[in-house]
Amino acid sequence: MRVRFWGTRGSIPVALTSADIRDKLARALFAASGRRFASIGEAHAFALGELPFALTHTFGGHSPCVELATGHDEYFVCDMGSGARPLGAHVLARQGGRAATVNVFMSHVHWDHIMGFPFFGPAYVPGTRIVIHGCHGALEHALRLQQQPPCFPVRFEELAARIEFARLEPGATREVSGLRVTPVLQNHAGDSYGYRFEWGGKVVVYSTDSEHKLEDRGETDRFVGLFRDADLVVFDAMYSLAEAVSVKADWGHSSNIVGVELCQRARARHLVLFHHEPANSDAQIERILDETRRFEELTRGAAPALRITAAYDGLEVEL
Amino acid sequence: MPLPSREFAAARVLAPSGRLDHDNCEAFRGELASHVAACARAGKAIVLDLSGLEYVSSAGLRCFMLAARQAKAQRGRILIAAMQPVVREIFQISRFDLVFEVFHTVDEALASSA
Repeated sequence: MRVRFWGTRGSIPVALTSADIRDKLARALFAASGRRFASIGEAHAFALGELPFALTHTFGGHSPCVELATGHDEYFVCDMGSGARPLGAHVLARQGGRAATVNVFMSHVHWDHIMGFPFFGPAYVPGTRIVIHGCHGALEHALRLQQQPPCFPVRFEELAARIEFARLEPGATREVSGLRVTPVLQNHAGDSYGYRFEWGGKVVVYSTDSEHKLEDRGETDRFVGLFRDADLVVFDAMYSLAEAVSVKADWGHSSNIVGVELCQRARARHLVLFHHEPANSDAQIERILDETRRFEELTRGAAPALRITAAYDGLEVEL
Repeated sequence: MPLPSREFAAARVLAPSGRLDHDNCEAFRGELASHVAACARAGKAIVLDLSGLEYVSSAGLRCFMLAARQAKAQRGRILIAAMQPVVREIFQISRFDLVFEVFHTVDEALASSA
């Protein structure tokens, strides 16, 4: 299974500004002072090999959308944030005119998780089948509502695809076209749901927009169970722990520290920091990643190392 | 976790030791809350001498945050001193070093509380 990240930013999409790009360029030029490159290929090799990630890339801008590419004809997608637009282009290109079936698993219906749906190209292609799975009773209402005038020029009922809604029960495992899916309730305004996906012996957990209160041992144990032996955990690490338990308590998000602790207890193998705070620059996210890896090292004990990655738009993880 | 204390003119020094995590943080939180209330009434600061603290988890850090909130509401003051390197790094990574006044030694914290 391959996990593709089409949107990784929380709350609202962000874009690099011209000042951001100029700053990256200036820092790269400074780092290359005195160097000579015989070809653009050599310059690329220098940039990739010797410059920090935050100088040569961006963690990116789209709001949550993650694809589980299983090799099956059908698509499996978590959330329809603005990353659904490039995902849609990918689906159309891959299908080459053949109708697609897309299964979407919704964490919840806050705007950053549904705003990409009106821009999801396959929704405009006759013959496409889109099945939107989730535990919220308001899924269909929310998706229709955001395409009502005067907010959007194309009404939901005008979309060409056949769109179905499939209600899931929290805690109940269901098989969707060969993918085993278990949703669990999470602490977030209006509720959110995390998912444990199992395919071909691999386990992926998608747990975003989830606040961990820490005072309830039973709740913590419940999430350790969700993450148990996972190959990959996509985790809401929007805030620092200090923010999450003070000024941003009850805002419905979590921290890198709690992500590491839960994964360590669950013996998960790979933690992906996700739902990045929109105010954080690439350099800040890279610093958070370095610190998270250091925290894992400090607290690992005799356990195997936990791999940690900061999600970025375009990241692909092969399991 | 034992929480030995020492009295000074302007501060009470509390010295938690060992590991502070899910298993013992509730008892620690209750005891710390009593000290915060008593010191606020007496007009004294609390100095947390963390020289014996080997590890603190997120649940333990939350106890510190609750104490900080309580101290603020009761017009008290909490200073943190003498962290071991590992605990100091955990404070930095979790950004708790931005929440508390942090000192290298207990003497420096006491001097600040005077």
